[in-house]
Amino acid sequence: MQISNTIATGLKDWLMGMGFSATTTEMIATAVWTLAVILFILLNLIVLVWLERKFSAFFQQRRGPNRLGPAGFLQFPVDIVKVLGKEDIIPAAADKPVFRIASITLFITAILAWAVIPLGEGMILEDLNIGIFYFIAIGSTATISLLMGGFASNNKYSLLGGMRTVAQMISYEIPMVFSLLGVIMMVGSLRLSDIVKAQEHMWFIIPQGIAFIIYFIATVAETNRGPFDLAEGEQELVAGYFTEYSGIRYAIWMIAEYGNLVAVSTIASIMFLGGWNAPFGLTFIPPFLWLLIKIYFMIFLFMWVKWTYPRIRIDHLMHFGWKFLIPVSLANILVTGVGIYIYRMITG
Amino acid sequence: MNIMFWIIAVITLGSALLMVLNKNIFHSALFMVVTFLGVAAIYMMLQADFLAAVQILVYGGAITIFIIFGIMLTVRGNMKQTNLFSKNAALAGLVSLALIVINAIMVLMTDWPVSENAPPVETVGHIAELMLTKFIVPFEVVAVLLLVALLGAIIIAKEVKKTS
Repeated sequence: MQISNTIATGLKDWLMGMGFSATTTEMIATAVWTLAVILFILLNLIVLVWLERKFSAFFQQRRGPNRLGPAGFLQFPVDIVKVLGKEDIIPAAADKPVFRIASITLFITAILAWAVIPLGEGMILEDLNIGIFYFIAIGSTATISLLMGGFASNNKYSLLGGMRTVAQMISYEIPMVFSLLGVIMMVGSLRLSDIVKAQEHMWFIIPQGIAFIIYFIATVAETNRGPFDLAEGEQELVAGYFTEYSGIRYAIWMIAEYGNLVAVSTIASIMFLGGWNAPFGLTFIPPFLWLLIKIYFMIFLFMWVKWTYPRIRIDHLMHFGWKFLIPVSLANILVTGVGIYIYRMITG
Repeated sequence: MNIMFWIIAVITLGSALLMVLNKNIFHSALFMVVTFLGVAAIYMMLQADFLAAVQILVYGGAITIFIIFGIMLTVRGNMKQTNLFSKNAALAGLVSLALIVINAIMVLMTDWPVSENAPPVETVGHIAELMLTKFIVPFEVVAVLLLVALLGAIIIAKEVKKTS
């Protein structure tokens, strides 16, 4: 945890020594951190695509990629070369400017969300005092990019995919925010580092277990992953909103989706699983690694669910969101509020 | 800081203008997103970080609904003619001019007090406290109003059937 701080301050000192002004130094340091975040997302992508292929094969009793490299690990680098070499096809009837920027705006929202996500104590770009709220606000704008991609393709399958995404993401955003509210009420702060600090003795998954389950279900829907991947349901809609995308633009969609997956897993680890706090006093593993283990545990849960359950129907999805998840999450807020007051009355 | 303000102002007002002048309703809605994000950036420059996040969440997120209504309510083969223009350009110009002049006069005539206090570091707590103590009645009335609007929308969409 100290390493990154040392690097950051060292970089700033060095730049100041070079004769840059404070503002320029800050700008350069921010740019370096942004690059580091993009690099982190891309490094995760390499592992995640491999893991997804291996896990899906495991759950379906297949072998998965096994030709290139150890356990097929080099399959993805070869795929990157393939994607880069593909022709960038834009349909003649497409809304061209919107079609071009749609995948990029989703990528930007995926990166912007990382501005407030800490990867360890002090390993954060901006420790905003509205941290988790900023994350929710940025996450809500991702819907626009998906609808842009779906609409601009000028294709009925893409449009249906985009419409489904909007309905699904707007519905499931509500239980997601409500489930996080329980934790925020217990901490009394929206700052992510405060939330981690409050979990030194007990992770919030114990008092907020229901909220954790609601958050997990809602984020599966938010990231458009199975069993809630109706937006791209390939049996019905070819590939949903990115049917017409090919080559590098398709790759950018994928990077952004996996970036979002890592982001929501990190938020789940920070909000419910104690962040970088070590459980059972196992402090010999550094905090950053603990957080990474928890993130990958969450990602494993996401993949497990995706490759185990069949896709559910769109009206069932809506009923489940509005008639079950939202009432339960509201009840959770009420119980948490009453519980906090009783706790305060007992302890004085 | 000053340069940043001008950049943000040009982007915000420019995209607002493009939103009005665009003939494609889908593009208009997208330019509206840029406008709302620009306003959020200005809130952020005024150190109202919570308000900026609310602006992004409420306005930026709700745009998709506007886009969907735009697509669904304008059944035309060609999207390039979905955002139609009125022919009363002269009248519209007159009304806009009057609006600008009135606004400008009011802005110039108001005495803007400048507070000596440093901006608060933590804004959320104060807003929450005010909303649940001093302004509890308006807060609850707004909540009830939103609920009524929601119920009204459902009733209009579903058409209540008479049960004897």
